[in-house]
Amino acid sequence: MREKEITKLKDYKYGFTTDIENIRAPKGLNKEVIKFISKAKKEPKWMLDWRMKAYERFKNLKEPNWQKPKYPKIDYQDIYYYSAPKSTSENPKNLDELDPKLLETYKKLGIPLQEQQRLNGIAVDAVFDSVSVATTFKDKLNEVGVIFCPISEAIKKHPELVRKYLGSVIPLTDHYFATLNSAVFTDGSFVYIPPGVRCPMELSTYFRINASQTGQFERTLIIADKGSYVSYLEGCTAPMRDENQLHAANVELIALDDAEIKYSTVQNWYPGDEDGKGGIYNFVTKRGLCKGINSKISWTQVETGSAITWKYPSCILQGDNSIGEFYSIAITNNHQKADTGTKMIHLGKNTKSKIISKGISAGFSDMTYRGLVDISFKAKNSTNYTQCDSLLMGNKCGAHTIPYIKNKNPESNIAHEATTSKISEEQLYYCQQRGLNPEEAVGLIVNGFCKEVLQQLPMEFAVEAQKLVGISLEGSVG
Amino acid sequence: MLKIKNLKADIENKSILNNFNLEIKPGEVHAIMGPNGSGKSTLSNILSGKKGYDVSGEILFENKNLFELETEERAHKGIFLAFQYPLEIPGVNTNIFLKTSLNAIRKARGEKQLDAIEFLKLVKLKAKDLKFDEEKLNRQLNVGFSGGEKKKNEILQMSILNPKLSILDETDSGLDIDALKIVADGVNSLRKKDNSFLIITHYQRLLDYIKPDYVHVLMNGKIIKSGGPELALELENKGYENFN
Repeated sequence: MREKEITKLKDYKYGFTTDIENIRAPKGLNKEVIKFISKAKKEPKWMLDWRMKAYERFKNLKEPNWQKPKYPKIDYQDIYYYSAPKSTSENPKNLDELDPKLLETYKKLGIPLQEQQRLNGIAVDAVFDSVSVATTFKDKLNEVGVIFCPISEAIKKHPELVRKYLGSVIPLTDHYFATLNSAVFTDGSFVYIPPGVRCPMELSTYFRINASQTGQFERTLIIADKGSYVSYLEGCTAPMRDENQLHAANVELIALDDAEIKYSTVQNWYPGDEDGKGGIYNFVTKRGLCKGINSKISWTQVETGSAITWKYPSCILQGDNSIGEFYSIAITNNHQKADTGTKMIHLGKNTKSKIISKGISAGFSDMTYRGLVDISFKAKNSTNYTQCDSLLMGNKCGAHTIPYIKNKNPESNIAHEATTSKISEEQLYYCQQRGLNPEEAVGLIVNGFCKEVLQQLPMEFAVEAQKLVGISLEGSVG
Repeated sequence: MLKIKNLKADIENKSILNNFNLEIKPGEVHAIMGPNGSGKSTLSNILSGKKGYDVSGEILFENKNLFELETEERAHKGIFLAFQYPLEIPGVNTNIFLKTSLNAIRKARGEKQLDAIEFLKLVKLKAKDLKFDEEKLNRQLNVGFSGGEKKKNEILQMSILNPKLSILDETDSGLDIDALKIVADGVNSLRKKDNSFLIITHYQRLLDYIKPDYVHVLMNGKIIKSGGPELALELENKGYENFN
């Protein structure tokens, strides 16, 4: 038994818990809790009103159930919607004032926040449960006019930008989980890149769920003004618990004329144990608006964690000549389930989209690619290319591809390719005969399969992601 | 180097090899000839460690019991199989596969792993010797390769890994005469006093270019006759049916 626990720890090395005193909102979802959150964040009245509007709407919405992975009914009154380390309530001004336990936590996760150990060229916003605990390189970014801060801070310091863009891509009324997020969101990152600025470093947010019975409702808003460029990366981990925890985030991206946003995700939430107990429900709404002409939004995701992943990072190609891209690797092992893909909505002329999706399923897991390509009658001369590849390991897992295609414009063009393959015993034998052990062989084959997507990640993270891909499939051979 | 005693191999209760005996000493080249279904490929599969066979008897490789070694451990010890049907691995670059393989074996032996530059130097040299199109090294492993290119790729891997015992499982089948000569040159250049070969073939043709020390005739799961190179010629004249 003891030995089993140890091997599990090895499998998911981020599964530790930080023992820290928390301030929590009372359990459950109601107006008082929303007021509590807004007050804890010292928000202006307009923000609270916005949340309340979302909450009123939410009460009339029904939980969707068209997705493939089904899950037991969530009791929304049995969740804490706000949990923050007590020490952060006094607003630590710098890292010296921050609880050393928090610094230690991020150090253990490989994200040092201290000045001297910081990752080179990468600015980090660290979100712990419901609050942002630190943001690095803020001053340096400030020099070029880039705003990178917790969204709770942006609401107070940059209300004009927040009010203009928050909810402009994912409206209050959007859908069940997105509307819930709008009512109770706690923290996340805010990014504004001024016109003509190429953001001098990678921006990243590291999300950590720590407290039990707590939902994380992050909200991220990124605005790339005319002619600007930014590359942003998020990473996520959570402790191992045998309960399921809900993570329902909203991410909105806005690219104005000639601007480009590159958004990468390495999602490694706790996936549950090998029998499928515990793990995060990762129900996330991510949407980018290519608002300006010649704008570009590119999503890259490596989804290896979570008990259930349910998300479709999407692009609305409104500006003429705008480009949307979606590169995805989704891996499910043991009893994990994923229903993921993208939506490319072509509205402007000469818009282009590209979808490269690589799904790998092992163990008893189940994976669905679901994607929509919608070319409106105005989107003349637009093109989409979609490639969906599935790789199966063993014979107890599933892979499904569900593409929805709507082309209302005769001058536009959609191409869809899909393949399903299996790592065969013969391939493994061949690799072993050449000296590779089964794990190395699977790693080599899987990394080959994922290469096109891994290449899209910022270099600093590509190597990590490659390792993660290998680790996620450990034990799935033989 | 290799001692096989009383090897018996069954698959799904069907007997394939029975009372099979063979000894290969360092530096020797042995050819095994036999008709379809005589057990030739089973022999190479068992030596290289493919799973799925019920085996009994004994195989010693450098005095080590082969049955106790995993497939990859046998490769680390210097056993190489040139596959009859080399596998395609989509997405995996040929160069990367070769480098990963070489370094896995070097690592297991406690030798220094080659960096990208050292490896490329080596592979270019070997590819040139085998007239192997260098451009193919940057393609996905065996994907879209012709039959002959796949076989040459096996010999290229063999010459890079420099194994102690190379098993060639019908490497000659499907090769045109030019490719056959190149493959034979590749084998001959690896012939040294420590390197041994087990060449499995239907035809005498390959043995015109690779001179074996011994020829064995395999029928119904056992060796029915052994001799020198002249045995292959005799077999070619008579055919398997009349050989008994």
